[in-house]
Amino acid sequence: MASTSAADHANLADQFVANGERAHWHDGALWFVRQKRDRMARSLPEWEELRQRASQIKAHTMSHLPAYLEQFEANANRLGVSVHWAENAQQHNEIVYSILKRHGVQRVVKSKSMLTEECHLNPYLEQQGLQVVDTDLGEWIVQLRNEPPSHIVLPAIHIKKEEVGETFHQHIGTPKGNAEPTFLTHSARHALRQRFLGAEAGITGVNFAIAETGGFVVCTNEGNADLGASLPPVHIACMGLEKLIPRLEDLSVFTRLLARSATGQPITTYTSHFHGPRPGAELHIVIVDNGRSELRANATYRESLQCIRCGACMNTCPVYRRSGGHSYSNTVPGPIGSVLAPAMDAKAHHSLPYACTLCGSCTDVCPVKIPLHHQLLAWRGELAERKLIPFTKRLGMKVGRVVLGNTRLYVWSGWLARKGLRLLPRWLTHNRLNVWARSRDLPQPPKRSFREEYRARKREQGRSQDENLSENH
Amino acid sequence: MKSRENILNKLRRQIVDQVALPEVLDGPWIQYDDPKSQFRTMVEFVGGSVTEVASPTEMLDHLGNFDEWRAAKRIFSSIPEVPGNVDLAAVEDAHDLENLDFVAYRAQFAVAENGAVYLSDSDLRHRVIFFITQFLVLLVDQRDLVHNMHQAYRQAVIPQPGFGLFLSGPSKTADIEQSLVIGAHGCRELQVFLLNNPS
Repeated sequence: MASTSAADHANLADQFVANGERAHWHDGALWFVRQKRDRMARSLPEWEELRQRASQIKAHTMSHLPAYLEQFEANANRLGVSVHWAENAQQHNEIVYSILKRHGVQRVVKSKSMLTEECHLNPYLEQQGLQVVDTDLGEWIVQLRNEPPSHIVLPAIHIKKEEVGETFHQHIGTPKGNAEPTFLTHSARHALRQRFLGAEAGITGVNFAIAETGGFVVCTNEGNADLGASLPPVHIACMGLEKLIPRLEDLSVFTRLLARSATGQPITTYTSHFHGPRPGAELHIVIVDNGRSELRANATYRESLQCIRCGACMNTCPVYRRSGGHSYSNTVPGPIGSVLAPAMDAKAHHSLPYACTLCGSCTDVCPVKIPLHHQLLAWRGELAERKLIPFTKRLGMKVGRVVLGNTRLYVWSGWLARKGLRLLPRWLTHNRLNVWARSRDLPQPPKRSFREEYRARKREQGRSQDENLSENH
Repeated sequence: MKSRENILNKLRRQIVDQVALPEVLDGPWIQYDDPKSQFRTMVEFVGGSVTEVASPTEMLDHLGNFDEWRAAKRIFSSIPEVPGNVDLAAVEDAHDLENLDFVAYRAQFAVAENGAVYLSDSDLRHRVIFFITQFLVLLVDQRDLVHNMHQAYRQAVIPQPGFGLFLSGPSKTADIEQSLVIGAHGCRELQVFLLNNPS
């Protein structure tokens, strides 16, 4: 894939936080979801055991991936499903279009699928003259507003209800100024019902594909995937090859973790198991690689393929919550997106592993135990080694390594900083060249270093101990 | 077919550490002292309601108190005691179910930990009824309550080919400013009747 230069995360985040009130509101909305997740996790004493087993099932599947893919294909064929394979986004889009074209389809309804976002399927189909409607309410809102989703589970989390009201007023004629969520949702229900009934094909994503049965599971709360897959005569399900699990019973672990981690629900409203086409209908599954196999080959990042796309790492991430999903310029934002994006295109997404404080909260909440903050740290090392981070950052790191690796140099620099900061005028430390100090004040330098302080205390302690000893004798 | 071979060959050439597949049906999974009350709590938590009845006829009596039921024009029922007027087998095109008001369906079993009810299309010509209907009424024998999803997957029989569904509560969304709204695309209300049959 050709390298596109995605904008720097820090610059985009800057635009987001420029509106302080909105940034705080966004932070609060996601923290609310994180708290719901915590309550759900704590309601199960076996939570950690579930995470452990989920992680192991996924790691096992990855280790036997080619065999499970073949088993899945054979069983799906047996159920009457056509299975297609795509090495990259372009092949995926061409396969989907060729199926739709064969059936003369003009109108398609889609349920939420991050894979089709990743492959930019919508613009591709629209270029061929098809009408594509995203039917998940959040996805539909961002589609009408011509924006990408900003979160993988809550696509419109960055949009205020007044803005939704205005969008619906423009597109489906709801009264101007009405921003009541129940009214807007029911208006969308009404409008989208007609789209469902008029669609000639339905496209869905896949949450889990079951090797031993050839079936797959789609999870939604709205019921949109089910309507879209149960009315039209053609259903196309698109899945990344990491969606596989070995056995039907493995779902007992994943269905307990997914919604609890994602939105703090005990399970999604609809957990639908599709096994073969409906009588008289067609079912197609497109299995997509698009860079995933390279991740599998890499031991450092392999576990990122265990992701079940719950979004818990985003909801907990202090950077994501305060910078918004669009600041990542990637279909999957947040911690997991910052691991996956550089694997697709390291040059374009070099700033993402730095959009992280290494606090480790993402790793703590991940239901399949991906060591996210370790992987982000590993990316930083790799990006520096491949000279893909800015020269100033590299230079700073080099200087840091020399200074921290030499005791005398370190002690001397500390002295210099303690003296210097007190004497230097502010314009010299806070200027355009020092990005770090743009929104930070430097600390008041202490009079003594830690070493000096420590030595002085030791001396004092020694003295008082001597006094104690002389008193006792 | 070339892409298939390319992907599989690439994966086969990679060297990946082997990891054992863990047991999932057996484990320290939660059991409730009172699964019925847990089930009720969860169904209500996800926006549905639970009513205990001694017989399907009693269920019909309850429905009679419900304005939407009395006003309903098109009803599909798989419960003999609850009369419906839609013959699914005679419906050629699923789109003709557009105006379905009520579905009353006898479910196979339900799950206490999350309020999910298991449904399948094994005896149905159009599975869309579960999603296109405005109101959904489910009947479950309380003896068919399981504690957790591990027991549920031991029990679930998915027709192959066919369709199986865990349904927990009515259709909902919180996509507008995290405000919960019931009735997104699927049913606007879900009532679960628990059959409390002493026999």
